[in-house]
Amino acid sequence: MEMITLILQQVLQLLPGSDNLLSWILQIVFLGIFIAFMFYGQRFQVLIWMREIEGSLFKLKLMREEARKTAIAAINETGKPQVDPTGQIDRFLEYFALTPVELDPTGIIWRLEHMLDVRDVRFKDDVRLMAPSADEAQINNLENTLEAATALNMIYKLIRHFYLLGKKTQSLYVIMQVQMVLPLIMKEAEAYSSALKAFQLGQPIGDGAGALVAAKLMHDYEKTKVEKDVVVAKVPIEGRTAFVLKAEGPGGNVGKPGEAIKQIIEQNEGKISLAIVIDAAGKLEGEKTGEIAEGIGVAIGGPEVDKYKVEETALKYKVPVNAIAIKEDVGDAVSPMRKEIFDAVDGVIDRIKRLIRERTKTGDFIIIAGIGNTIGIGQ
Amino acid sequence: MESTTPTVRRASPILLAIIMIIFVLSLASVYWGIEAYIKNDTANGSFYLTIGVTTLAISTYLLFQTQRRVVRISLEIQPLNTTLLCQKCGFRNVRDFQRGDYVFKQMEEPCPKCNEKAVTINSIFREVKEKGKQIAYS
Repeated sequence: MEMITLILQQVLQLLPGSDNLLSWILQIVFLGIFIAFMFYGQRFQVLIWMREIEGSLFKLKLMREEARKTAIAAINETGKPQVDPTGQIDRFLEYFALTPVELDPTGIIWRLEHMLDVRDVRFKDDVRLMAPSADEAQINNLENTLEAATALNMIYKLIRHFYLLGKKTQSLYVIMQVQMVLPLIMKEAEAYSSALKAFQLGQPIGDGAGALVAAKLMHDYEKTKVEKDVVVAKVPIEGRTAFVLKAEGPGGNVGKPGEAIKQIIEQNEGKISLAIVIDAAGKLEGEKTGEIAEGIGVAIGGPEVDKYKVEETALKYKVPVNAIAIKEDVGDAVSPMRKEIFDAVDGVIDRIKRLIRERTKTGDFIIIAGIGNTIGIGQ
Repeated sequence: MESTTPTVRRASPILLAIIMIIFVLSLASVYWGIEAYIKNDTANGSFYLTIGVTTLAISTYLLFQTQRRVVRISLEIQPLNTTLLCQKCGFRNVRDFQRGDYVFKQMEEPCPKCNEKAVTINSIFREVKEKGKQIAYS
């Protein structure tokens, strides 16, 4: 013990201010901090990250609670239920849909389509039970509201899982991966959060840009309902005949545009000179909201069943498929439509006309498909 | 119009006490450092100031961390404009979005200018004012 004190005294004499007690204390504290950071630096980093995750988790919890409250209020307001729907809504928030087996990919698209159909029917039936007084458009809007609330619930539970797992294991790598993706996840959660009110009130959202283009083209023409929740109108454009299609509005709906395009091509025995698919597309940082871009391919998002159907049919009949994208942020896609996106619609129509003039002959048949959620957009 | 949930999460009182002690000690260290400099004792002055400023920075950071927990979540109803257009005379009227409005909705009320029942909703959108400075390359 005396030896240690002696060594310590020798070491401390090398440092300035070694002639008073406070200086000693401060030097020991300083050395202590230095040694602690040497051995536990990583642990301190983990603690800081855990605090960041905890803060975001707390925010996500509040978002989830607000979403649940909004969903309950929307059901009570629109559906006029006889019994309190809270229990049913809480059950709905925990719904999940399993994807088909991928080990044997043969026919996976059809199995996935079947799963999605079953899910859709189940969701709509449950919403009808919760909100017996709601009409079809309101049911679609309520379903969208509940889906946004479900998404927020899932995000919260997922982050909570990793937070608790990180706390339990104190593993730097478990905590680090959550901390790294957290800004993107929070952005998505905030987008869903702002979408709730839009869905509840039936306001047009950014994702409906493609549907709005089709609605503008078909507005004054007779429409027929084809495949599930899709309307089609025969519209003369630039001396050609266009089959313009979109999901049936104004309720929140995306329909099955892939099946509708397939049917139109087959009904016309493949005599379609050009198919143009218009959809909202995620913009890169630095790009302007409402920017228009042209390309080749089937611009249909989501689980890719519709995209597959169009690709298959287009290949069979050798129909060229062109795409027009309206660029927007993920937050803009699910929040009320911005002026820039609305203004881009006329620009898209000009591009469609130019494409038709350049790529087809007078008298040809073409398909123009406006893709996206048609909430708040009629036809 | 917005629904707001203000929430404050309290930091542990023990943690706050520790931070405050470090904070006070660091202030004292800075004071002694300055005092030592005034007395031309540069060795002690540099030593106290280094320790003082370092611990002052750490304790201030920790103090801000404990106070950062005020979270406000709000589901804002973003102001939306609905444009009504008379198909006969072209009269345009802009008003706030009302529940039940949708693009191409045929309105019941006649046009205030020509009195024809040909008014439809022509557009619904929100205007966003970009916040903050423009980032380079954007």
